[in-house]
Amino acid sequence: MNFTKILSLSLSLFFSVMSFSQETDLGAVSGNFQIISQYYNSDTLINAILPDHKMGLNSFANVNYNKGNFSAGIRYESYLNPIEGYPTSFNGTGLGYRYANWKNKSLDVTIGNFYEQYGSGLILRAYEERNLGIDNALDGVKIKYTPYQGVYLKAFAGKQRYIFQDGLTNGTGIIRGFDGEINLNELLDSVFSNSKLRITIGGSFVSKFNEDNLTPNFVLPKNVGSYGGRIGLRYGKLRFSGEYIVKENDPYPDSQDDRFNYIYKNGEGILLNLGYSTKGFAIDFSAKHNDNMLWRSTNVAVGPTDLLVGFVPTLTKQHTYSLASTLYPYATNARGEIAFQSDVIYRIPKKTKIGGKYGTVISLNYATAFAPKREYLNDMTTTRKGYKTIPFSFTDSLFLQDFNVEIKRKFNKKLKASVNYFNFVFDDRAILVAKVHELIYAQIFVLDITQKIDKKHSIRYEAQHLSTKQDQGNWAFGQIEYTFGSHWSFAILDQFNYGNKQETLRLHYLLGNIGYVSGPHRFSFQYGRQRAGIFCVGGVCRAVPASNGLTFTVTSSF
Amino acid sequence: MKKLLTFSIALLSSLMMMAQTGKSLPSIKLKDLSGKMVDISQFKNDGKPIIINFWATWCKPCKAELNAIAEEYEDWQDETGVTLIAVSIDDARSTGRVEPYVNGQGWEYEILLDPNGDLKRAMNVNNVPHTFLLDGNGKIVWQHNNYAAGDEEELYKKVEAL
Repeated sequence: MNFTKILSLSLSLFFSVMSFSQETDLGAVSGNFQIISQYYNSDTLINAILPDHKMGLNSFANVNYNKGNFSAGIRYESYLNPIEGYPTSFNGTGLGYRYANWKNKSLDVTIGNFYEQYGSGLILRAYEERNLGIDNALDGVKIKYTPYQGVYLKAFAGKQRYIFQDGLTNGTGIIRGFDGEINLNELLDSVFSNSKLRITIGGSFVSKFNEDNLTPNFVLPKNVGSYGGRIGLRYGKLRFSGEYIVKENDPYPDSQDDRFNYIYKNGEGILLNLGYSTKGFAIDFSAKHNDNMLWRSTNVAVGPTDLLVGFVPTLTKQHTYSLASTLYPYATNARGEIAFQSDVIYRIPKKTKIGGKYGTVISLNYATAFAPKREYLNDMTTTRKGYKTIPFSFTDSLFLQDFNVEIKRKFNKKLKASVNYFNFVFDDRAILVAKVHELIYAQIFVLDITQKIDKKHSIRYEAQHLSTKQDQGNWAFGQIEYTFGSHWSFAILDQFNYGNKQETLRLHYLLGNIGYVSGPHRFSFQYGRQRAGIFCVGGVCRAVPASNGLTFTVTSSF
Repeated sequence: MKKLLTFSIALLSSLMMMAQTGKSLPSIKLKDLSGKMVDISQFKNDGKPIIINFWATWCKPCKAELNAIAEEYEDWQDETGVTLIAVSIDDARSTGRVEPYVNGQGWEYEILLDPNGDLKRAMNVNNVPHTFLLDGNGKIVWQHNNYAAGDEEELYKKVEAL
C-alpha cells in the first residue's frame, strides 16, 4: 500500500467518523495553531545575527477533544530551528503537552500535563508564555474537589517541563502541593448572601523532592517545603488582599555574588494590595517584600526561566509603547527587593467643559523598588544563613522608579488621541540589560492618534521620543498604521537612535508590516530591521538580538 | 505532492467546519471581581446573545475595542439584550489592576478573571483580543481575533442578525 492509499483510507475513515459524530455525538474536536517563521539577512551595521541555518521556525498546534465530562488533548511543537532570541533549549519537533481530564460538578481530575496557580503564584505557578519560550507545565496528576459550595480544594504531584528536545523533557525534581480556599459568603450563604462584606481565605503547601547536587562542599536538603496563607476582603467599593509565603532553606548557586551563594536562609514573600474604586474613579496601592524567593524544582544552576515553581510578580505597569517597554523594562530582583506601586484613574465626566463630549480619562502610575536592608551574619564557614532581613525594611539603594501619566480623549466620532509621559530611573544591575553599570535616567513622550476616515478605513499615528544621557542616548520613533475593510492592515515604523554617542551607531530601524485577519485566522508579513530589545510578559523578560529579515506569522483557532 | 496538498486542505477545511462554531461553552470555573466562583457554561442571558471577549490590562487593542463598545453598549443592550463578558487574562502582576481600570473607564460589562489561562486554553485562544459571539442557545456562532477601529460595527451587525 502506498502513501496516498493510506492517506485516502484514513481520510475516508475520518470523514465517516465525522458525519457519524453529528448524529450520535461522538464529541467535539477543537484547537489552535501558530507558525512563526523568520528568514535572516546579514546586516553588519546593527550587528544582526546571521545563523548558519539562515531560517528559524517556531510552531505549535493544540488539538483538544471533548465529550461530556471527558476531555483530552495534545500540543505538537516544532522548533526547526528555534527563532533567534528564543531559548536554544527548545529544539526539534514532537509532542510537548498531553493530558486527559474528567470532571463533574464537584470533582475534577487531570492526568498528564497541566498548568496551575495557587494564590497569587508566589508559592506555585506552572504556566506557559509561548512568545517568550516559557513553559513550566507540570506532568503528573491533579485533583480539584469542591465538597461544599464555597470550599475549593486542590492537590497535585508531578514533574516539571524543563527543555524540549524532539519532545517534552521533564526536570528531575518532584513537586507536590495542596491548596484550600474558602469563600465565606458562598459557604454561609444564608448569613452572608446580601452582606457588603465579602471574605475569602486560603492556604497552600508546596514541596519539592530533588537529589541534584553539583557541590561536593555542601549537603543540600532533598526535600524543601513552602507554605503560606492569603486573605481577600471586600467591603462595598473597598478591597484588600494579602498573601504571605515562607520557603524553607533551599540553597542555590549564585555565581555573581558570594554572599548569596548556597545560603541556608528561609525565603519570604509578602504581597499586599489595597484599592478603592467606583465608576469613573479608582485608587490602588500595592506593596511587596520578596527575599530569597527564587523557587525552582532543582538546586543546580539552570537558565533564568527554567524549572521555576513560584512566580514573584513585578510591581510595575506593563508598558505597551515600544520605547517604554523594550529598552528599560523592569523585572523582579530575585535575591530580594521591596517594591511599592500606586495607581490613580480618573475620568473627567462627559459633556463637561474640561471633559469634552465623550469624557477624558487620566491615569497616573508610580512604581518604585529598593534593595532590602540586610544584616550580614558573616557565618559562611558555619551556619551559612547569610543575612537577616525585616519585612519592608529597605535601603536607599534604588532599583527602579517609574512615574507615568496617560491622558486619553475622544474628540468626535472620528478622532481619538492619547498623550503619555514616562519618567524612569532604572538601575541596570537589577536585570540583564547591563552594558555599563549605571543609573539610567530616561524621559519618554508618546502621542497616539486614531483617525477613522469612514466605516471601512482608519489610520493610526504614533510618535515616541526617548531622551537619556546614559546608555544609547536619545531615540525617536514613528509609526503609521492603515486598516481597511476590517481585514487588511499596513504599517510602517521607524526607530532612530539619533542620540547615540557613537556616530556609526546612529541608525534607522525601518520595519514594514502587512496583516490580514479573517475571523479567528490571522496572517502577517514583516520585513526590515529589528532593534535589539528586552521583550517582557508579566515581568519575565527575554533579550532579543537585533535582526534583519522577513518574519511570517500565522495564528488560527478552529 | 499535489494530492497530498489537496488532501491536507480538505482535512484542514473539514476540521475548521466542525470547528468551534456550533459548540457550547466549556465548563470552567472562574472568579468574578467580587471573588465569587462562576461556571462559565452556566451563564445564561434569557435566550439573548452573549459576547465573550478575552482581554488584558496590558493589551492596547483590547482596551481600544472594549472602550469603543462601551460607548455603544447601552444602545446594544436596549436593542438586542446582548450581554458582554470581558475575560481578563491578566496574571498575578496585573490582576490587581483590572478592577481599577474597569471602574476608571466606567465599563458595565461582566468581568471574569482567568489568571491561569484555563478558559483561554479551553477556548483555543492564541492571543488577545479574541471575541466570541454566542446565540440565545449558548452556541458559538462567530469569532474574531485582533481589533481594528470599526470592527465593533461588524460585531454588532452579527449580534443584530441573531
